[in-house]
Amino acid sequence: MSPRPAPVLDVDALLDDPDTRIIVCCGSGGVGKTTTSAALAIRAAERGRRTVVLTIDPARRLAQALGMEALGNEPGRVAGARGELYAMMLDMRRTFDEMVYAHADPERAEAIIANPFYQTISSSFSGTQEYMAMEKLGQLASTGEWDLIVVDTPPSRSALDFLDAPQRMSTFLDGRMIRLLSAPARASGRGLRKIVGAGFSLFAKAVSTILGGQMLADASAFVQAFDTMFGGFRERAAATYALLRSPGTAFLVVAAPEPDALREAAYFVERLAADGMPLAGLVLNRTHPVLADLSATRARAVAEELRSAPLAAAVLRLHADRVDLAEREERLLSRFTSAHPGVAVAQVPALAGDIDDLDGLREVGERLAGVSESAAEAVGSAR
Amino acid sequence: MSGKGGTGKTTVAAALALALASEGRRTLLVEVEGRQGIAQLFDTAPLPYEERRIAIAPGGGEVRALAVDAEAALLEYFELFYRLGMAGRTLRRMGAVEFATTLAPGLRDVLLTGKVKECVNRRDADGRPVYDAVVLDAPPTGRVVKFLDVTKAMAELARTGPIHGQAAGVVEVLHSPLTAVHLVTLLEDLPVTETLETVDELTEAGFPVGSVIVNRVRKQWLPDRSVAAAAGGRVDAGRIRAGLASAGLDLPAEVIDGLVAETVEHAVRVNEEAAASARLEEASGLPRLELPELVEGVDLGSLYELAEALRDQGVGEQALAESRS
Repeated sequence: MSPRPAPVLDVDALLDDPDTRIIVCCGSGGVGKTTTSAALAIRAAERGRRTVVLTIDPARRLAQALGMEALGNEPGRVAGARGELYAMMLDMRRTFDEMVYAHADPERAEAIIANPFYQTISSSFSGTQEYMAMEKLGQLASTGEWDLIVVDTPPSRSALDFLDAPQRMSTFLDGRMIRLLSAPARASGRGLRKIVGAGFSLFAKAVSTILGGQMLADASAFVQAFDTMFGGFRERAAATYALLRSPGTAFLVVAAPEPDALREAAYFVERLAADGMPLAGLVLNRTHPVLADLSATRARAVAEELRSAPLAAAVLRLHADRVDLAEREERLLSRFTSAHPGVAVAQVPALAGDIDDLDGLREVGERLAGVSESAAEAVGSAR
Repeated sequence: MSGKGGTGKTTVAAALALALASEGRRTLLVEVEGRQGIAQLFDTAPLPYEERRIAIAPGGGEVRALAVDAEAALLEYFELFYRLGMAGRTLRRMGAVEFATTLAPGLRDVLLTGKVKECVNRRDADGRPVYDAVVLDAPPTGRVVKFLDVTKAMAELARTGPIHGQAAGVVEVLHSPLTAVHLVTLLEDLPVTETLETVDELTEAGFPVGSVIVNRVRKQWLPDRSVAAAAGGRVDAGRIRAGLASAGLDLPAEVIDGLVAETVEHAVRVNEEAAASARLEEASGLPRLELPELVEGVDLGSLYELAEALRDQGVGEQALAESRS
């Protein structure tokens, strides 16, 4: 039984639809999320939409190509692009600072920012980058000046981190734990003490022994100062979360034709469905479609006989390898597709070489949309 | 073992653990990021926080695997030094344990590397190390130096206490000749750039860098003399057609065009790989190992092939010589 082919993702229709206001590109690390985001953004802008792309950690030369190196934490116009394309790189620390200033009176904001514990939270807490990406997305959306916002997501261990980070951060900042740890007797109340018994006091003592009293004191002061703005903070996170669930948002799951990346993609697709988030489709990056209709077996057999024509023999052998690779990629994709038959797929044939200028991004955009000349030539098993 | 995301570091770590386990030795393969990458690779159920045999090496050795979990490691400590009893599990359910490890990100790393150190130093009844080698599937290049740099992590913890003593032991092991940080890369621009940056960072932080392992090396079919022209788009379609015809293969023009296009892409890739390889050579000067691309993908059988390829390049010889002397 051969599986039904996946529906093709119509990228141009998605980009052109005035109702598409936000595109979120997610996926595991190393699959080309940043490049995909930038390519989608430039294509959208050049097709007439006022577009901004929020990148997280672009490679240096891509950042240069988009003119982002000198920018602050705000969108800047991309000079080489036709239409209106703006790009920005997330500055996690500044986004966090700005948020503190926006939610607390100046004096309290200063106190929060000066707290040593804030330094830890704003720079190395494992969900901060995801949280700040969401915050920045919320800010960009609330200005109403963009037809389309394209968001890259942080290079997490798992694509799911992007959705889980705000909740983790909320739990962390809501103060209950820190109060328990710094003054367990006072804060825990009779109910909790009954459940946990003396264990909690011991635990609190142990944690304090390990972390040091100063750190707990700093953390405690931080959470207290933060408490007053916490309501606003959580409201905002909730609003951004709601934005992600709205029909104007489209999630694109990006993957490479590798088992790990596709497994992550599958997790993410399932999670989006469970959370009621709108999935537009899967972008399968860097595929190697066969360009010449000739079987691998035949090519290898003929190559064996071609002792006097080394160039022709080499061409046949490299073609045979390519057929094998393409078949493997298709097998991986069909495994994904049979588990998730409704998910539309855009395959993006690999570009030879790294993409570090606007023309490279345009070419990726054409391949995403399935209109590139070289991509359209794919034949044989890839058809 | 570290490397940029997508370079295959878990696969290479597993192959190395297998290679080092042959001839009756015993190795431990450890993961720390909660991804269950080892279980997926060996096609088994998710690993618990417990060392268990996962593969038999050629010649009778064994590979054990362990998925370290920071929260479980913290509770393990507390059990050792404070008697928490049933409260431990309740605390974990409440999120208190996660909270404690989140409060000080360095604590997490100390707990994870601490467990690895304990495995490295563990001795059997005769005083011999339980493991001949411990292979750590470490975080990717972007995070690995911070992860290993326990000295810095310690600065944010209390100056005394059990964890502090633990951390001091970790520093000692990680900065000693017992340790080598190997980096997996592909012959592509970005992975090579990250590899070189990480080599510098590791050296600066005082970690012994082992070798660079170039993964997924693909075959070059074009003769060297044809590569430059083909990469520039100059492929002699007439000669290919004539060559194929001489073997009785007459192909329509569009198939020849397709073959030419594939040849150009192949040549561009070969060129770029050569440039990446030269950059790696020039800048790092580190020993280099190579592993072939497996077109069929990685399964348990191919892990043995990769382990074999590592052994063919001398991996495990020194350890074997030492264990025999």
